[in-house]
Amino acid sequence: MKFVRAFGRFWWDFIVGDDWRVAAGLGGAFALTWLLEDNGITAWWLLPLAVAALLLESVLREARASD
Amino acid sequence: MSSHVVIIFLATFLASGVEAVEALTIVLAVGVVRGWRSTLIGVGAASVVLAAVIASLGPALQNIPIGTLRFVVGALLLAFGLQWLRKAVLRASGYKPLHDEAEAFTREREQAGAAARRPGSEMDWYSFTVAFKGVLLEGLEVAFIVVTFGATQGRLGLATAAAAAAALVVIVAGFVVRGPLARVPENTLKYAVGVMLTSFGIFWGGEGAGVDWPGGDAAILVIIAFMALFSLAVTRELRRRRLALRPAEAGG
Repeated sequence: MKFVRAFGRFWWDFIVGDDWRVAAGLGGAFALTWLLEDNGITAWWLLPLAVAALLLESVLREARASD
Repeated sequence: MSSHVVIIFLATFLASGVEAVEALTIVLAVGVVRGWRSTLIGVGAASVVLAAVIASLGPALQNIPIGTLRFVVGALLLAFGLQWLRKAVLRASGYKPLHDEAEAFTREREQAGAAARRPGSEMDWYSFTVAFKGVLLEGLEVAFIVVTFGATQGRLGLATAAAAAAALVVIVAGFVVRGPLARVPENTLKYAVGVMLTSFGIFWGGEGAGVDWPGGDAAILVIIAFMALFSLAVTRELRRRRLALRPAEAGG
C-alpha cells in the first residue's frame, strides 16, 4: 500500500506538480484543439496561446501570494 | 542535419547536464564524508536501473502509432516542461530562491556527517541509499526526456548519446574541480530546457490533436522563439513588480 501511494505520488508530482490548475488547463486546451480540428476549424494558434496564458496566470498567482 | 536533430541533442544534453550537476553534488557530499565504496555502488546501481528504463521503454514506445505517441508524449512533455518553465520564471524574477549547489553541498555534508554508522558492517547503507536515490531521482527526469524525444523522432540513440555525453562532461568537471559545480549557470540552463520542453510539447501535442502546423517542421523554431520571448517578458514584468513592492531589494 505504501509503495502504491509513493508510486502515485511520484507520477502526480511528475505530471501535475505544484499547480494542478495548469495541468487541468492544458487538458482543456488539448480537448478544445482536438474538437475544433475535428470539425474542420484550424486551431494551430490555440495551444501556444493557452500555454502562454496558463504560464502567466500561474506565476502571477504565486507572485501575488508571496507579495 | 535538420533543426530538429540539433534541438533534440541540445535539449537532452542540457537537461541531462543540469540534473547531473545536482546528482554530483549529492554523491560528492556523501562520498567525501563517509567514503567512496558504498557511495559508488549506489551510483552504479542507480545507473543500471536508469539504463534498463531507457532500454525497455524506448523501443517499446517506438511500436506505438506515431500519431498517438506524439499526442501522449507531447501532452506529458508540455505538463512537465511547463513546470520547469514556471519555476524558472519565478526563480529568475526573485519569487523563488535560486538553486545553489554550494549550499546544497554543505547541507548534504552535514546530514551525511550526522547520520549514524553501523559498526562492523562493510557496506555503509546510508551512503548507498543517498547516492542511489540522488542519481535515480535526478536521472528519471533525464530518462523521461531521452525516451520521449528519442521515440517520437526515432532518434533514441542520439538522445541517449547526448544525455551520456552531458553526464560524462559533468563527472570529468567534478573530478577536475573536486567540488560541487557551483559556477555552472544552472538556473539559466533550466530556463532554456523549460522553454524547449514546453515548445516540443506544444508542437507534438498539437500534431497529435490534429493540428497541421503552418510551415511544417519549421514551426518548432517559431514556437521556441515565442515561448522564450513571452516567458522573458513575464520574468521582466514580475521582477519589476517585485522591486516596486520591495524597493529595499533593488539595491542588493
